[in-house]
Amino acid sequence: MTQALITTDMGKFKKGGSRPSGSISTASLPDIVFMLLFFFMVATVLRTEDEKVQVTKPEASELYKVEKKHLIRYVNIGSPMDTRYGTEPVIQLNDQFSQPAEIQEWIIKERETLAESEQSKMWVSLKVDKETKMGVVTDVKQELRKATALKVLYSATSRARTGEEE
Amino acid sequence: MARRELTEINAGSMADIAFLLLIFWLVTTTIESDMGIKRQLPPPVPDDIDIPQAKEQNVFNVKVNFLDLLLVEGLPLDMVDLKDKAKDFLIATGDGVMSHVINGETIAKNRDVIMITGANGKINAAFPERELVKRADVRLKIAEYQQIVKIAAPEDKDAFSKVLEKWNVKLKTIDLLGGDYKQLPASALISMQNDKSTTYDTYIQVQNELQSAVNELRDELALEKFGKTYRELEEIYGRNKQDKKTLDKITAVRALYPQRISEAEPRDASANYY
Repeated sequence: MTQALITTDMGKFKKGGSRPSGSISTASLPDIVFMLLFFFMVATVLRTEDEKVQVTKPEASELYKVEKKHLIRYVNIGSPMDTRYGTEPVIQLNDQFSQPAEIQEWIIKERETLAESEQSKMWVSLKVDKETKMGVVTDVKQELRKATALKVLYSATSRARTGEEE
Repeated sequence: MARRELTEINAGSMADIAFLLLIFWLVTTTIESDMGIKRQLPPPVPDDIDIPQAKEQNVFNVKVNFLDLLLVEGLPLDMVDLKDKAKDFLIATGDGVMSHVINGETIAKNRDVIMITGANGKINAAFPERELVKRADVRLKIAEYQQIVKIAAPEDKDAFSKVLEKWNVKLKTIDLLGGDYKQLPASALISMQNDKSTTYDTYIQVQNELQSAVNELRDELALEKFGKTYRELEEIYGRNKQDKKTLDKITAVRALYPQRISEAEPRDASANYY
C-alpha cells in the first residue's frame, strides 16, 4: 500500500523494486543554516577595530568575565603587525599607535561616551602579548591610575588551575 | 492537472544562500571572549605622602626578577609551589595552623603550615597574627553603637550607623560560620613586585597563582559551610542582586579570606637582590 502511494506520488521509484532508497529531503537545510547564522549573529559582535599589534594572550585560570561589554575599553600592547613600524612593543588605543602619555586624555574621551551613571563602571581591558616586558605595562598602569581608571582586566585565555586536570 | 499548478518554488539554493550569509558573518565577526584577571588598581598617591610600612610578618612578599625567577619571602621558589605558599600565608595564624574549629572540624584541614624564614632571618616571622572575633565582643559593640547612634548629633548619625552596620555584618558572619572566627589583621597583604624586564606572561602567572590561592581557600570554605563553591555563590548573587542571604554568605567567606593582593608601587626589583 505504502509502496504504491510513493510510486504514484513521487513517480521516481522503479516499480516492483525492493525498498526504495529515497534521497533525504533537504527542505529543512536552509532552516538549519539560518539557525546557525542567527546563533552566530547573537553570539558575536562586529569587529569594530583593526588589531594593529600582534597579541598572544597569556593563559590563566582565575578568569572573570565582564558581562556588560559596552563598558570595556581596550588597550592592546604588542609588536606591530606591520614590521615597518619595528618590533618593539607598542600601545594601540582604538585604531592607532599611542604613547603612554596619551592614555589619560584617551580615558577621559572614552569615559564621555558612556552614560553618566556608568562612567565609574568603566573597565579597561589590557590585551598584552605575553612576551612583552613589564616596563611598558607598568607605564600604562601608572597612567591609568593617574586617570583614575582603576578597574582593569588582564585579558587572558582559559586554562585549568595549577595542579588540576581539566 | 490542477495539482500541477501548485508546484513549490525550488528551495534547493536557499541553503546555499544561507551558507553564504553564514560564512560572511563568520569572517566579519569575532567571538568576543573577553575574560581576564580582574584587578583594582590603587588610586594615585601624591608624591609627598609616606606610605606606612606594614609589619613584615603581615606582608607576603613576591618578587620577580628580570630572568622571571621568583623570590618569595626572601627565598627562591618555583612557580608551581607559589599557590601553596600563598595559602600557607592566608591560613596561618601566627600561632601555627588556623586553629579555630567549626563544627568540630578545622577549616584548613590536611594542610601543614611550614614555618617560613623571613627576610630578617627570623623563623615564623612571615605569618600575620589573626585576631579572634568573639560573638560576645561583637554583641557588646553592637549594643554600644546602638546607644551612640541614638544620642549622636544628626550630622554624625550616618557615620555611626555605618560602623554599627559593620558590626552587624560581623555578627552575621559568626552565625553563618558557626562560631567565633579569626580575621586577618587589616595590614596583612600579599605584595608583588616585578622588574621592568619581567615578561608579562610571568607577571600574569604570578597574579593568577595568588588569585588561585585565595579562590581555592574560599571555595573550600564555602563548600564546607554552604554546600556550594564560592564561585557558584557569586554567580547566584550575580543573577539576583536582591538575594541578601547569598550576599551574607559571600561576605562571611570574604571575612575569613579577604582578597588582599596589592599592586605594589613600581620600582626596579632587581636592585634588591642583584
